[in-house]
Amino acid sequence: MQILAQIVFILALAIGIGIFVRNIRRMIRNIKLGREIDRTDNPGARWRKMAKIALGQYKMVRRPVSGIVHVIVYIGFIIINIEVLEIIIDGIFGTHRIFAFAGEPYRYLIGAFEILALLVLLGVIIFWIRRNVMNIYRFRAREITSWPKNDANYILYFEMVLMTLFLVMNAADYQLQLNLAPHYAMTSGEIAGAFPVSSFLLPLLDGFSNSTLIIIERTAWWLHILGILFFLNYLYYSKHLHILLAFPNVYYSKIRPKAEFDNIDAVTKEVQLMMDPDTDPFAAPAEPEGEAEGEPAKFGASDIFDLNTVQLLNSYTCTECGRCTDQCPANNTGKLLSPRKIMMDTRDRLEEVGENINKNGKFVDDGKQLLDDYIQREEIWACTTCQMCVEACPVGIDPMSIIVEMRRYLMMEQSAGPADLNNALSNIENNGAPWPYNQMDRLNWATEN
Amino acid sequence: MAENIKVPTMAEYMAEGKKPEVLFWVGCSGSFDDRAKKITKAFVRLLNRANVDFAVLGTEESCTGDPAKRAGNEFLYQMQAAGNIEVLNGYEIKKIVTTCPHCFNIMKNEYPGLGGNYEVMHHTTFLKSLLEEGRLTVEGGKFKGKRITFHDPCYLGRGNGIYEAPRDLLRKLEVELVEMKRCKKDAMCCGAGGAQMFKEPEPGKEDVNVARTEQAIEVKPEVIAAGCPFCNTMMTDGVKAKNREDNIAVMDIAEMIATAEDL
Repeated sequence: MQILAQIVFILALAIGIGIFVRNIRRMIRNIKLGREIDRTDNPGARWRKMAKIALGQYKMVRRPVSGIVHVIVYIGFIIINIEVLEIIIDGIFGTHRIFAFAGEPYRYLIGAFEILALLVLLGVIIFWIRRNVMNIYRFRAREITSWPKNDANYILYFEMVLMTLFLVMNAADYQLQLNLAPHYAMTSGEIAGAFPVSSFLLPLLDGFSNSTLIIIERTAWWLHILGILFFLNYLYYSKHLHILLAFPNVYYSKIRPKAEFDNIDAVTKEVQLMMDPDTDPFAAPAEPEGEAEGEPAKFGASDIFDLNTVQLLNSYTCTECGRCTDQCPANNTGKLLSPRKIMMDTRDRLEEVGENINKNGKFVDDGKQLLDDYIQREEIWACTTCQMCVEACPVGIDPMSIIVEMRRYLMMEQSAGPADLNNALSNIENNGAPWPYNQMDRLNWATEN
Repeated sequence: MAENIKVPTMAEYMAEGKKPEVLFWVGCSGSFDDRAKKITKAFVRLLNRANVDFAVLGTEESCTGDPAKRAGNEFLYQMQAAGNIEVLNGYEIKKIVTTCPHCFNIMKNEYPGLGGNYEVMHHTTFLKSLLEEGRLTVEGGKFKGKRITFHDPCYLGRGNGIYEAPRDLLRKLEVELVEMKRCKKDAMCCGAGGAQMFKEPEPGKEDVNVARTEQAIEVKPEVIAAGCPFCNTMMTDGVKAKNREDNIAVMDIAEMIATAEDL
């Protein structure tokens, strides 16, 4: 019986981790569909930024209520996972609380886990109330319906169940130890672990026989670990990937000033050629370097293939918290644009392309693209490039860069800018200012009154 | 007012075989917009007062390409940049000061990749350095004790991390500095950035500049201080939209200092 349980456990573990690895590999494959971008410079600054923002949750606490509750859930989540290590070892070898030999330190650790589990439970309940009872705009915006809304709640229910199972498991275990049940009680007669929270559950277990207690303990133990394995695999399909991706995402985020946009090198080459008096105007066009034969690279982006790998990583990292949208001046004033939706759309399209590849072995044109089929032009043109979304994101996502890439596509590939904007740009081209004034009048201010 | 301001050009300096200490990049708004021209002149008066050896490009200046770049027209931006860099490098310019955060950002951050390397300063930072060097003195004067709120320009504040230089100048004016709920890193855009200045807004329930002006009005300022000609326009329009132009002024910090010093 015991051996059978161990075999089932090892199988469950292998399947759970196996599927997770497969999904992560698919995710990495999908991210690599994007254009390459070099963000390996200045590793010192990148590690520091990661330590401060991802590990240190620096931006989370700029909104104190959600920030502090998040920090509690985050710390709880990480530390309680140490316990998962023991659960896995116990599961494989059929042992009971393998680390209990450590004595006093072990008791402190288990006691701390219990308190954290309770705090996480309370934190998650607060999150649920914020999301479902209180009228907080960013949880009720138009992109947070159906799956995104349910996804968020499923995660909260899940955590509530996992924490409850953990505490029930401990309570039954504690009672079994007090009953000196074989396999549970330590030979030394000491109690393995300390149970400052679950001991309050003991009255509920009052009068249960050892065999009933063992069923309760084993059921909670199994559901808890199977739940964790399920959750591990739920991540890829949910907004919860940030618990893993926040770290690389912050590492690879922009460390230059936020207002600095990249210069497109291909354009620089064209401009240099145009301005070079020695250029032979009749020369055959040189084969551009590093591009697929025949087709020159597109200016800007109309689909996920035109975005860079960091932008695609951003889309998987987005937790849909909506802090970006909540502070976006366009969204604040009722425009269609929501930076969060830009990220969600990018991920949805990327997943659609990924599914296409899973099915066909390679991408088969589906007649769709990110622009127009997901993101509307009206959204793209409403952006003031104020970088508030970039500043607000607690995990270093840059929604603005995707908007700018799409503007580049619309402007340079499609000549599809808004008419009034095109007028201003024509003026710049013709007379060096966005308004139709002569360049020769540029110094008139100095002499007029 | 027949004022007497000295505005030498780089061409004149070149003819005399001299080089100025700093180039004042006026920008399109500062050159052509009637409201922004007042900021330009106020800043020139301060430069004259501090005996700063400066010059402008005058008719050799052209749009930096900022609206083109933010709108997605990289070609037009790089054409503008290439032309400007050729002129600037031709005059061997080392240091630039500008009253426009958009010109400031693009020349500081984006021109270097195209061969234009200069020390670029926003005029608030530059004025602060003049004060520190003792070349310019500022006393409270007309604004002493007045309630002033500062609207952070995105391309100066969040975009380049400069929050304190403009505020330090206001403190020198001994004003009662009040902050809006959304300020510094969290400051809301005036609505002009990203080339929005040159197009109609998308459909929505309110204009961005009006929303931002409402936030400013909440703190009951006598003056909304600005550091960008576009923010200035947007906030001025916002104040008008709220019918508050009789008791709330929108002024650039350079104008405030010049006014305080009776320049």
